[in-house]
Order: sequence, then C-alpha cells, then structure tokens
Amino acid sequence: MDLARTEVVEAAGTTRAAARGKGAALRGALLALPVVFFALFFAYPVAAIVARGLHVDGVWRLGQVGDVLGDSGIRHVLWFTTWQALASTALTLLVALPGAYVFARFDFRGKQILRAVVTVPFVLPTVVVGTAFLALVGRGGLLDEVWGVRLDTTVWAILLAHVFFNYAVVVRTVGGLWAQLDPRQEEAARVLGASRFAAWRQVTLPALAPAVAAAALMVFLFTFTSFGVVQILGGPTFATLEVEIYRQTSEIFDLGTAAVLTIVQFVAVGAVLAVHARTVRRRESALRLVAPETTARRPRGRGQWALLGGVLVSIAVLLVLPLAVLVQRSFATPGGAGLGYYKALTRDDSGIFLVAPIAAIGNSLQYAVAATGIAVVVGSLAAVALTRRDAGRIVRGFDALLMLPLGVSAVTVGFGFLIALDEPPLDLRSSWILVPLAQALVGVPFVVRTMLPVLRAVDARLREAAAVLGASPWRVWREVDLPIVRRALLVAAGFAFAVSLGEFGATVFIARPDNPTLPVAVARLLGRPGDLNYGQAMALSTILMVVCAVALLVLERLRTDRTGEF
Amino acid sequence: MLSLEGATVRFGARPVLDGVGLDVAEHEIVCVLGPSGSGKSTLLRAVAGLQPLDAGRVLLDGRDLAGVPAHKREVGLMFQDHQLFPQRDVGGNVAFGLRMHHVPRDQQDVRVRELLDMVGLPGAAGRAVAALSGGEQQRVALARALAPRPRLLMLDEPLGQLDRSLRERLVVELRELFGRLGTTVLAVTHDQGEAFALADRVIVMRDGRIAQSGTPLDVWQRPVDEFVARFLGFDNVVGATVSGQVADTSWGKVPVPEGTGHGERTLLVRPAGVRLVPAADGLRCTVAARTFRGTHVAVQLQPEDAPRLEAACALRDAPEPGDEVGVAFDASEIVVLG
Repeated sequence: MDLARTEVVEAAGTTRAAARGKGAALRGALLALPVVFFALFFAYPVAAIVARGLHVDGVWRLGQVGDVLGDSGIRHVLWFTTWQALASTALTLLVALPGAYVFARFDFRGKQILRAVVTVPFVLPTVVVGTAFLALVGRGGLLDEVWGVRLDTTVWAILLAHVFFNYAVVVRTVGGLWAQLDPRQEEAARVLGASRFAAWRQVTLPALAPAVAAAALMVFLFTFTSFGVVQILGGPTFATLEVEIYRQTSEIFDLGTAAVLTIVQFVAVGAVLAVHARTVRRRESALRLVAPETTARRPRGRGQWALLGGVLVSIAVLLVLPLAVLVQRSFATPGGAGLGYYKALTRDDSGIFLVAPIAAIGNSLQYAVAATGIAVVVGSLAAVALTRRDAGRIVRGFDALLMLPLGVSAVTVGFGFLIALDEPPLDLRSSWILVPLAQALVGVPFVVRTMLPVLRAVDARLREAAAVLGASPWRVWREVDLPIVRRALLVAAGFAFAVSLGEFGATVFIARPDNPTLPVAVARLLGRPGDLNYGQAMALSTILMVVCAVALLVLERLRTDRTGEF
Repeated sequence: MLSLEGATVRFGARPVLDGVGLDVAEHEIVCVLGPSGSGKSTLLRAVAGLQPLDAGRVLLDGRDLAGVPAHKREVGLMFQDHQLFPQRDVGGNVAFGLRMHHVPRDQQDVRVRELLDMVGLPGAAGRAVAALSGGEQQRVALARALAPRPRLLMLDEPLGQLDRSLRERLVVELRELFGRLGTTVLAVTHDQGEAFALADRVIVMRDGRIAQSGTPLDVWQRPVDEFVARFLGFDNVVGATVSGQVADTSWGKVPVPEGTGHGERTLLVRPAGVRLVPAADGLRCTVAARTFRGTHVAVQLQPEDAPRLEAACALRDAPEPGDEVGVAFDASEIVVLG
C-alpha cells in the first residue's frame, strides 16, 4: 500500500515538473527574439560607445567620471536639465489638470474632435514641435511681428514647447481614470456630511493621486531626455544632457565625456522608471470604475462654464496656435501666400541634400513601415510572454527593461549603431535596415505598454474554457486572445508608426545623406540661413504634421474602447 | 469511469486537495458539496487538467491522465460564471468545441441547432452573448459544454448566480436532461438544495478532504459528524454522555436510538424532534426569536444555562418571542454523530 502510494506520488510529481518545464520553455521561446533584439541593437551599441569613451588605450579611465562631473560647464548642463524638467512637469500639470477634469466630467459639443486635437502634439516629431514654436516665438515669428517679443532666447520657449508636447499625457492618464471614477463615491461622502470640496479632497483626490504621479513621471522622463525641442529652441545658451551628448559626440568628438553623460542619464532615467513602475502597480489597485459615458454631464452654472472656457482658450493658445502658425508660415512666401516653399522641396539644387527634400517623405514612410513591423513583432512577443501567468521575477524585470529605450540617450544609441555594427557578421552600416532598427527600439515600449493591459485583462478562465473544449495552446491564443487584442495591436502599430516617423536623436546619426528622413531634413534646413531654407523647413514640418495627425485620427477611430496606457 | 486516487494539490504549504479518493460510475450524477474554500473547484480543475496534481492520480476509463493536457482529455467543464466568449455569438460559442474537434461545418450547424433546442433556446444562434440574461447564459454554457459529447461533464456551481425560482426550475430540467442523455456528471456546489435535487450521490468536502459520501437521503438523514451536520444547517448539536437509552447533555436527559454505544458522543437533535410542551413539563426555555420558513416556523429557544436550541413548529402552534415554554425530545429525530 505504502509502496504504491509512493509510486503514485512520484509519477504525479514528475508530470507537474514537466508541465512547469514546458511552460518555461514556451516562455523562453517567446522571449528569445525580444531578448536577442535588445541585446544586439540596444545593449551592445550602448555598451560599445560607453566602452569606447572610457576604455582608452587598453585602460579603463574611470577617473574620467569625476573629471566630467567636476566640470562647471557639465554641472551647469545637469542643473539645467533637471530644473527645466521639473519646471516643465509642474507647468504641464498646472495647465493640463483642469483640462483633464473638463474632458472627464463635462459633456460639450465637439468634445470628441477636441480630444483628438489635444492628442496630436504627443505624436508629433520633436523637430516639428521645435519648428512650430520657432515660428511662434522665434525671430520673425508671430509674437515678434505683432509685439516685437522674442522668446527663443529664453527658457520659456522650451517650457511652453514641453507643455504643448505633454498636455495629452496628463489629459489621457489622469482624465482617463477621472472619467471612470464612480461619481457615486463622492455622492456617498456628500451624504455623510462632506462639503463639495471635502468630498473631492477625501475621495476623488486619493483615487487620482497615483495617476497624477504616473503622468508627472512620464512628463518628467520625456522632458528630462528632451532633444529635438531643445536642439532647435535652446540656441547656444540652453542644453539638456541629451543635447550635450550630441554636441560632445558629433561636434567636439569627446567620446569620454559623452560616455560619462550617457551613464549619468541612464542612471537618472533608471531611477525615474523604477519609481514609475511602483506607482503604476499601485494604480492597478482596485478602484470602482464605471463607463466614462455615464459620468460626464453638461456644465452647470457660471463657474463651470468659465472653467470650460478657460480650458478651451488655453488649448487654443498653447496647442492650436503654434500649429496654425507653422502651417501659415509654410505658405508665406516673400511674394505673398503661395506654394513656393512646397515647390522648392521638389528641387535638389540647394546643395544641402544629394536629393530633393521631398524624397525624405518616401524615405520616412518606408523606414517607418519597416520599423513598425519590427516593433510590433518584437513588442507583441514580449507582451505575450509577460502576460503568462507563471511569469517569474526575472521576466517581470524584463518588463521594466523594455521601457529603457524611452529614456536612454537616443543619440548614444544612434552613434553606438555606427561604431558597434560595423564589422562582420553584423556589418549593417551600409544597410537600409539600420534606421528602422533604431526607430523600432523606441516603438517597442509603446507596443508593450499598449498590449500588456489588454492581454492581462483577458480572463484566464476564458482560456481554460477554450482548452477544456479541445483547443491547443496555440489555438487558444488565436481563438481567445487574438480577437480581443486585435484592436490594441492596431493601436500599438499606429503609435509605433508615429514614433518611428518622428524619431530624431538616433536617426540623425545613421540616416545616410542621400536618404534623409523628414525630421532629419527639417533639422538640416533649419541649420541653414535664408528665408528659403526656413520656409522649406516649415513646409516639410507641415507635411510631417499632417501625416502624423492622419495616423492619429485613424487610431482614434479604432480606439472606441479605452485600450492601453497611452 | 472516473476515479481519483490520493489526489493532492498544495498551494504553497497549504493542501487544497488532501489525498482525495473518489469514483464516479458511468451515467452517475455525483455532486460535491462543501463550503467555499473546501477544495471543490480545485477538484474539478484537477480532473480537467487545468491544475497539476502534487500527488495522486486521475483515471478516466482506467487510463491515467497524468501528462494529458486539458484540450486532449475530452471532459466538459461548465465554469462558475459561464465564461462565454464575448466576441462570439451564441452559435459561435456552442460550435467552438465542435470546431476544435474538426467537425464538418454542416454537422456543426445541425448539432448547434439541436443543442439550442434542447436547452430551451431555439433560434438563439445569432444572438450576442452580452444580450443574454443570466439564465440564458447558463443554458448557452451548458450547450457549449455538451456539444463535443464529453465523456464526463463537470459543472462548477452551475446555478450559483441565478435567482431562486429559476434555480429550482433549472435543477429539475438538468436532472431530466442528464437522465435522458445518459451523461456522467460531476458537479460542485455550496448549495445543499441544489446538490440534493440534482445528484444520485452527494460527497461532502471539508478542507480538501472528503467528509462524507452517500445518497442525498443518506447524507441528509445520517450526517457523519458535527461539521457535516452544521454545514447542512443543523445547529442543535451537543456533547453527550450515553448510558443505555438515555444521554446526559447540557439540555438535560435526551433519549437516543437503540443500539447506541456507551460513552462520550455528539448528538444531533433535528428541529422536528424538539417538541414544545407546557413550561413545567420539560426543559424550561424562553422564546428568543422566530423565523417564518414557509412550511413551518423556526423557533429559537434559550434555555437557562445551555446553548440555544432550534425547534420546528407548525405555523398555528408557534409561540411568540418572550413566551416561556418547555421542551421535550423525540428519540426518532436524534442522530448520533460519530
């Protein structure tokens, strides 16, 4: 009897171990491609450039870290990077939180369109944002013409551009949750004797706090690593870490300093991401959520209408006006309104490019499509592996790792590509795939972030129901998961496309002179003197803006449900 | 046809199933009854292959199922909250298992129509599952589970979320249906009414172990221990010292059935065995509360220094709260528990 029992126990024990082993093997297979992708095209180039900077003549020059950080110029850059990011974050919250409330709780005509309009800046390439603010507050810009005011030599241009860029982050993250908070919670507090304000403070604010923190961290991250905007609007006075890395790498050729700065940025971003991961986890705590349509109502009373009006005015001035001026400038030729700048784009006689600037559109689209494909495949595989119920600690760590490309210096990645991927078997220097690979790196975090919440929301027992009815694991994924995530997949692809289209920091290094992308072409045109180059930059930016806006509007139509975190 | 031998599942160090041995015969309807957390659902998941065993075996028709994944076990499982596929219509849900088993399209259609007729939803194939009521969802889930003709059908709290009248009607329908189809059924529920109405045999579980197994009548009439008795809703349980035909309890002398062994025992007095007599003629009690139960009134009685007692009275005989009454015990309604 005892003998038989032991046998039984052992048999069962082995099958359980086998089942676990099988799960681990499957997860390993799913993760293999993302891991290889990140190792080859992220970790390796970044490590290579850091080593190139700090490992000189066969010796590790770690003392350089102290030297660089002791330099007063560098200290100034670090200080500016940090305070402008803090100031941008505070300013964005100040301007966008009322917007989040209005979008969450008020019903008004044109709300859907306005929501899309507000989101457009987020997917715009940084170069376009910089150009638009140059057209608004720069030399010969709208403010200059009307009042003789120029802000492009002040930090205000950068701060305003950052608000423009990140308004949607706050409205989406905070407003999205706010709209789903059950108003009856506040009503319950009111019935228990709380004043309107007390109810808001005691019930709504604590529920919103994690979302506000998450949004603030995102904004901080984006502004801390800001490159395109500062490159264009900062002039010689203001430089963020990323701009300084670019300057050290491509102008001064001081790779040692660039390497140290890359590490500094890496550490800072890692810390911010760690905090972010924690707030996100807390945000997933159980809140009573309801359908957003049920919580919004028409504004009542003078105060609410005034609030709505204020928000609309701030959107008009901060978000719509810069884009309108950009478009207007692209048509404002010396001989009056016309298509002169656009026509000039089709000629290649400027000497800046080997091809007509208009060719950049085709390049950009091709690169972006390829990058989207790579990002979707890599990101989906990672997201599926990360959703598996038996995902362990290491796998969850990989989740955070996937976010890193958002914060690691894109300039470093781009330059790292050039110096690391230049020998067989990985000699990609002359291959067109180099640009999409770099762009996909930035797209993957968006794909993962969009897919993960949706995949996690699929009830595990739904999969079990399919398995019991005879569906194999692959069939379960196809029949249960795929129909539910199909829409999220499209949204993820759209984001990856927009991000790839706008990628600047890495692309500026690796795009070949005869194959520029739109942002690279815009930056090069802006770097040249003369009205024609300026006008052409405006025209190209307008085209880029239209492409991104169209991509976004298609997304908004797809996204009838509220999928993903962005 | 189904047997479990020493089936054990641990979550961490805590055993959720603890050496469960169980046999279900062909065409038998077995109902596992137990409070939440007693391991009922884990039992079903282990049989379905959704929960690996830490020890023991599951055999279906004599074949050890170790290593056979869920989709190859050919058992049906109806989930507690149905788990209908939200993106498919009713017909798509019912046909799912048939598609997985590569049944030709035209046969699928025939079978879906047949099943929907059988569960009382004729012509519902095109409806969206989100538009169904709870009872309709339950019927669709049943049709979906039956469609691939599983060798064993398992039901997890099949009627749990439905309202009472619907539940009582459906339980009768289910029993008729399974009888007609000859389906072998293993169901779990926490509702004794459901279990007794549905099952040929009831198994009571406690903390991952089987506490009692028997026909509904058997279990109802002779609960094996205090746990089963209390779980079935009997609260008149008391420690007793038996000598001869009489037991000494905190409620005084209580008659016990013939043949009861001497010594320390636990007694169950069914409410029907608590007779109300004039206050002077029995155990003196105050009426603490009374609850209308439809067919009778449950009267809570508080003796002077002993635990409360419940008595079942006919409506017109029920005393008012605060009344002083006496209690006498009826030997035929007294059960000796272990």
